[in-house]
Amino acid sequence: MTDQSLSFKPISIEQDAEVLTRPSRSYWEDAWYRLCQNRRALASLFIVIFMVLFAIAGPWVWTKDPAVQNLDQTSVPPWANRAYEIAEPYTPMVSPPPARTSTATNQIDEITVLGEATSIFVRLQWSIVPNASGYQIYRNIVETLPEYPPGVPLARIRGANETFYEDRLDLRPRTYWYSIVPIDDDGEELGPLSTLEVDVAPSTTIDDAEKRGWLDPDKTYQPGDTVYSPFAPLGTDYLGRDLLARLMYGARVSLFIGVIAPFLFVVMGILYGSIAGFIGGNLDAVLMRFADFVVALPFLLFMILFKLAFGVDSESSGIIAMLIALVLLSWPATARLVRGQILQIREEGYVSASRLLGTPTHWLIARHMIPNTLGVILVTFTFAVPSTIFTEAFLSFIGMGVEPPTPSWGSMCNDGRKTMETTPHELIFPAIFISITVLAFNILGDGLRDALDARMRAAE
Amino acid sequence: MLTYTLKRLLQGVVTVWFIATVTFFAMHALPGNPLESEKGMSETIRANLDKKFGLDKPEYVQYFTYMFNMVKGDFGLSFKHENRSVNSIIRERFPVSAILGILAIVFAGLGGVLWGALTAIYRNRWPDILIIILVIVGISVPSFVFASVGQLGLVFLNRFFGTTVLPVAGWGEISHMLTPALILGLGTMAFLTRLMRSSMLEIVNADFIRTARSKGVPPTQVFAKHQLRNAVLPVVTVLGPSIAGITTGGFVVENIFGIPGLGQYFVLAVQQSDYGVIMGTTVFYGAFLVFMVILVDLLYAWIDPRVRLE
Repeated sequence: MTDQSLSFKPISIEQDAEVLTRPSRSYWEDAWYRLCQNRRALASLFIVIFMVLFAIAGPWVWTKDPAVQNLDQTSVPPWANRAYEIAEPYTPMVSPPPARTSTATNQIDEITVLGEATSIFVRLQWSIVPNASGYQIYRNIVETLPEYPPGVPLARIRGANETFYEDRLDLRPRTYWYSIVPIDDDGEELGPLSTLEVDVAPSTTIDDAEKRGWLDPDKTYQPGDTVYSPFAPLGTDYLGRDLLARLMYGARVSLFIGVIAPFLFVVMGILYGSIAGFIGGNLDAVLMRFADFVVALPFLLFMILFKLAFGVDSESSGIIAMLIALVLLSWPATARLVRGQILQIREEGYVSASRLLGTPTHWLIARHMIPNTLGVILVTFTFAVPSTIFTEAFLSFIGMGVEPPTPSWGSMCNDGRKTMETTPHELIFPAIFISITVLAFNILGDGLRDALDARMRAAE
Repeated sequence: MLTYTLKRLLQGVVTVWFIATVTFFAMHALPGNPLESEKGMSETIRANLDKKFGLDKPEYVQYFTYMFNMVKGDFGLSFKHENRSVNSIIRERFPVSAILGILAIVFAGLGGVLWGALTAIYRNRWPDILIIILVIVGISVPSFVFASVGQLGLVFLNRFFGTTVLPVAGWGEISHMLTPALILGLGTMAFLTRLMRSSMLEIVNADFIRTARSKGVPPTQVFAKHQLRNAVLPVVTVLGPSIAGITTGGFVVENIFGIPGLGQYFVLAVQQSDYGVIMGTTVFYGAFLVFMVILVDLLYAWIDPRVRLE
């Protein structure tokens, strides 16, 4: 041990000691490499690309018109049974079988379905309440409970012995709750409701199917065959419009506003901020004081106000009005940021050197200042996109955004909310699309910040 | 502190003037007459109405009248509801919004500090990861989706128990306030949690914490007295801007839960194009938000003297 430590010998001179072992990488290559190392950010990037493709190329693949209403197929969930059985042509039931008498004097004992309950008709019969002067029939799509009153009656029948009712009103293949109650001469209900849960089977007649356009003209159909209602992968909305097509067009609107508006106000902020920061002095003070005022404006209130002021033309979709309002209100944040960066870079040695060599001011700004702030600007832009999408959705949700019938994710949520108790898919799908897009942009922004921020890099 | 206060107040007054001016000119940029939608109106009635609302005068006179009234605290008249002043609407409806907003801020503040502190204690273990995931969801899901889904949840909850556990909509009792306030505060809570977490983590290796530990201060006390108190400071700064978020969030939540607050009325006025109410409430909200931000800033300057010197 001691002998070894005392033995000196000259080291050999290696020729390649100074050779670069790793390839030299530019700032952007390095940032890209770091982004690719960040799996969450990369996944978000793919989601963002998917959403953009969904918006741009989606309507070419799924060519349904998002504005076509089909009142025959409203609020159909995607998991609905599309197979309808063709039944015999409709014949009215002339003489229903005799009904038995109820034991109670104010309530119906028993409700029965005569034959099969199909979406062509539901035939109900119930036990007679002798002292009633008629019956009132309710139909609900949710179970009636004490705190969920049955609503408006479907029909009212006169006569104690008239205990047959045929429902043919807009029947859908789903579960209905039929409630029947005996009434007196004045139409007052005599007692509690009796309720029967009825599952309606999908069924149609040949004539109906033809009217709806479900038949293949080359084939002949017999009763007992199966026909299919139109295919809607994500279901339809409350006017029977195809939800997938609407989501695609809504993506166009939401992403257009969400990307173009931040792009415009970031550009405006860059111009404003670089002028203020580079020229400095009194002009800088005045410009930045004005920016402070704009920042102090309550954002959403003024979005609504400007939207009203610019969107008076009721023919337009309101997208342009929203863009203008967004740009007018959102530029100061970028302007402040760019100004701060410019003030910092202005003092750097390479700027002084360049200036000494006689570089004109505009060239200094364009060649040195802006490229060096681009990383920060890109991060700001990425974070501005989700918040703009949020704003658009919020305004459309309260009816202050994009005008109907132009779909937007926010207005689709608002439409879907009205029927969320029975057909939640109309709310859930647009809500998922908004959330995933916003989430992806947020995570991507985090990843970009980590990848582009030199301070972060030095720390590792 | 006095100079700082005066400076901020002066800034606030100028900002409110700016808000009022922009509002006035934005509303007057609308083509046509705000009373135009009243169909079948005779010339005389029209002239009288114009006179009542001061629309017959030149624009600059209208502007000065409007500004003068604002200074007196008069926010004008509703154009749609006869003899209804914006002041009476604000008096009637703002307290409801204020209660809801305060409750939401309390939920958001307490929740944010609590969850943020928890994530810092359990850093990189499952409670931390779970809360972070929830925070990301809270930031990415719009408030109207939370409100709708929350309401749907109440429907199913009530149906499951067969009675009204918590009311689905309405106003009046504490039980009406809880769900909307929680939902209103949710976004802010997520934001505050994230902030609190990073500020806790920044402080966890600070010198004074290490000193406290080495002195033998019990861990719970280090946590409560040294860490928590110092980490809470940045949370206070963002309370001002979050008041704005909660106020505008109230527009949607009040609408969905049928709460008779000012936010609901504002959205209604916008949908009815009641320009008088829109103008009055915008300026009122604007002034309110500006002074809330100033109040929070002053509070912060009082807590942390370093701010005053800037």
